[in-house]
Amino acid sequence: MVFKKKDLLSIKDLSKEEIQHVLELGDSFKEILTRDIKKVPTLRGKTVVNFFAEPSTRTRTSFELAAKRLSADVVNISAKSSSLVKGESLKDTAKTIEALGADAVIVRHLSAGAPKFFAENAKCSVINGGDGAHEHPTQALLDLFTMRQKFGRIEGLHVGIVGDIAHSRVARSNLLALNKMGARVTLIAPPTLIPAGIESLTAVKHGMGAEIKYDFDSVIEKLDVIYMLRIQLERQTESLFPSVREYAKLFGLNLERLKRVKKDILVMHPGPMNRGIEISYEVADIPQTAVTKQVANGVAIRMSVLYLLLGGVEIEKVAN
Amino acid sequence: MNEMKFKKKKLIMDETSIKRALKRVAHEIIEKNKGAENVALVGIRSRGIYLAHRLAKYIEEIEKKIVPIGVLDVAFYRDDVGNRIIPHHISKTEIPFDVMGKNIILVDDVLYTGRTIRAALDAIMDFGRPERIQLAILVDRGHRELPIRADFVGKNIPTSQNERVWVSLKEEDDVDSVDIREDAN
Repeated sequence: MVFKKKDLLSIKDLSKEEIQHVLELGDSFKEILTRDIKKVPTLRGKTVVNFFAEPSTRTRTSFELAAKRLSADVVNISAKSSSLVKGESLKDTAKTIEALGADAVIVRHLSAGAPKFFAENAKCSVINGGDGAHEHPTQALLDLFTMRQKFGRIEGLHVGIVGDIAHSRVARSNLLALNKMGARVTLIAPPTLIPAGIESLTAVKHGMGAEIKYDFDSVIEKLDVIYMLRIQLERQTESLFPSVREYAKLFGLNLERLKRVKKDILVMHPGPMNRGIEISYEVADIPQTAVTKQVANGVAIRMSVLYLLLGGVEIEKVAN
Repeated sequence: MNEMKFKKKKLIMDETSIKRALKRVAHEIIEKNKGAENVALVGIRSRGIYLAHRLAKYIEEIEKKIVPIGVLDVAFYRDDVGNRIIPHHISKTEIPFDVMGKNIILVDDVLYTGRTIRAALDAIMDFGRPERIQLAILVDRGHRELPIRADFVGKNIPTSQNERVWVSLKEEDDVDSVDIREDAN
């Protein structure tokens, strides 16, 4: 199969085979990260720009390391230090970054669709590093990689995504990706945190979609993966649940709840965690919780994405 | 995969001659390295890996010594990244021994431009500092683009550039053979 895309803006753009390809390559890059010299010359001479108009530590650092491990040059631009504060439009920023000779730009923005707009205005590859409540495709890919690492497969897994679905680009990208790969997804949240019509997001095309449960305890025993989302208080303009304490009681993952789960449960969280709210202090640190594995896998998966977007073109294996 | 594009075919080596060539190469490796003590074999990509295993077996028969085997995928070290396609499958590089101070024998099926070997040299150096690196090749077909030569050669085959050298090995292709195919165009 030939990977011939310019951009990675949404999981929707990827076929099942392409997702599989990203994950398989991830294994090779994972191996590189275990070496003493964690660097290969693959993208030498390429320039990768991190354009982060919204705060981020792990995604930015992860992309920066991924690009550096591939020997690309990396430039970081954050909103505060860019001309955006002087009133430069996103279109001009895109043109400027292109003119500087970037081969790929990672765009993180608080508005949904900003990376797409960026891609339409620049010839370089654009990777969505998280846009508003829309999508965060590389996060979903690294999450799938982490699940596959534990279970050896994704198809047939039952994944519960718990919490602030409404504000979560991570939930949306994961839902799309998991559905494509044949996993079963249950969204678990109070009604106010479930956006209308989300179950139909994938249902039409793939005949699967997601089930919705308002009661965590009714489904917890059946799950292979519990994916806890961060309560995004900064994005909530009104109160969507009575109190943080009540939310933690009903939807938080604590040791009490964990007694009822399958033995080989995988607990995931995209970070940063609100310890004591969606995940208890103790649960955050148990071995079943893969948060640090997710972070480590993120570098390998982002290397995979950068390599596929920047590293290749067409045709078959050249002889010898 | 692109079987159709090529006219068959002149058989160059069969099972017996491949076996003889590899046994001779095994002897030469032992001779040049004064035993198998410090030797480690590193196979490149799929067919180099099978050849490395066969050589290791012959060396073991002769010297009663098990030599460590590693696997190298040089995809990330190539100088034509961006100009060629991304191979569907990139095998994991596995070097399960310390290369420091070892006599590393790189093993591949065909030596052509030398670019794969250049990439392999860089790749192996990232694992440490071997005492020396040597190159064992089943078929040397000429047309080098870099100053690289093999230390151990199964067979030299003069070719033209529009020919392909096709190595089939039982581990992957059900048969042991080397043949030349001509570009149909």
